[in-house]
Amino acid sequence: MSMKNIKAGVITFPGSNCDRDIQFILERFFHIPTKILWHHNTFNENEYDLLVLPGGFSYGDYLRCGAIARFSKAMQSLFDHVKKDKPVIGICNGFQILCEAKLLPGALIRNINLLHLAKDVPLIKGNAEFFKDLNSVYHIPVSHSEGNYRVDEETLKELIDEQRIAFYYKENPNGSIHNIAGVLSKNKKILGMMPHPERATDPINGKTDGYIILKAILDHLL
Amino acid sequence: MYEVKVYITQKESVLDPQGQAVLHALHEMNYPQVKNVRIGKYIQLWIDKDENIEKTVKEICDKLLVNDVIEVYKYEIIPIKE
Repeated sequence: MSMKNIKAGVITFPGSNCDRDIQFILERFFHIPTKILWHHNTFNENEYDLLVLPGGFSYGDYLRCGAIARFSKAMQSLFDHVKKDKPVIGICNGFQILCEAKLLPGALIRNINLLHLAKDVPLIKGNAEFFKDLNSVYHIPVSHSEGNYRVDEETLKELIDEQRIAFYYKENPNGSIHNIAGVLSKNKKILGMMPHPERATDPINGKTDGYIILKAILDHLL
Repeated sequence: MYEVKVYITQKESVLDPQGQAVLHALHEMNYPQVKNVRIGKYIQLWIDKDENIEKTVKEICDKLLVNDVIEVYKYEIIPIKE
């Protein structure tokens, strides 16, 4: 992994609460200088090699999670970044925003049992070839009410055939179709996932499986 | 001025966890005749005079109010006398 001269940007929306977590982790553990970008400003799409949409909430998540965030100014710059085939990671609310923005297929609806889930879940690799060495079960925190991933049968088949499933839950916590925990865009440069690897990277949090997951993601994207 | 009523429901193919919970509650309350419950949204808009009101409403629904992956909608446009 060559992280030299790589710069990352994390977009903060009103309600984001994992923005500084992922910034800290990218800087401390992956040595990637990471800037926090305010949702209300556009930015130069040439500036960042990687953009992250963090977990938390955005604009109260009124209407549907991520539905309003998608229209923010910073997202318009993100669309320009994406047009250049540059990578984006969306975690939790970030994944919801990417789906609402149609940068990833599908939608995230209420968990099947209607409960907010806040616990570690066992995560395993999906069918994307670049995650083939992730052979263990990784314990990664989730914290969401709307993590129940939905796509139609046709799109599901596409995701399977094109090896665009990033991660599966080993035990399905929220009703997601096909146990899907994370997916990739067609060009495989945009990754969305509900679990929070950034919350399980620093040993001070008592768990470090997230480091392995984030390293695999960054190795692929950068 | 128009009052626009937008009715948003989940696609039939999409599972509705809230509807299922309410269905179970109704069964517990001894209404076994209730066979299904689906929960949607009702949104009202008040829109100024607009020559393309129909087009505007469709655009608003498609762009923001409705996610076509999981939802369908219908609307009523009611002219209001000023």
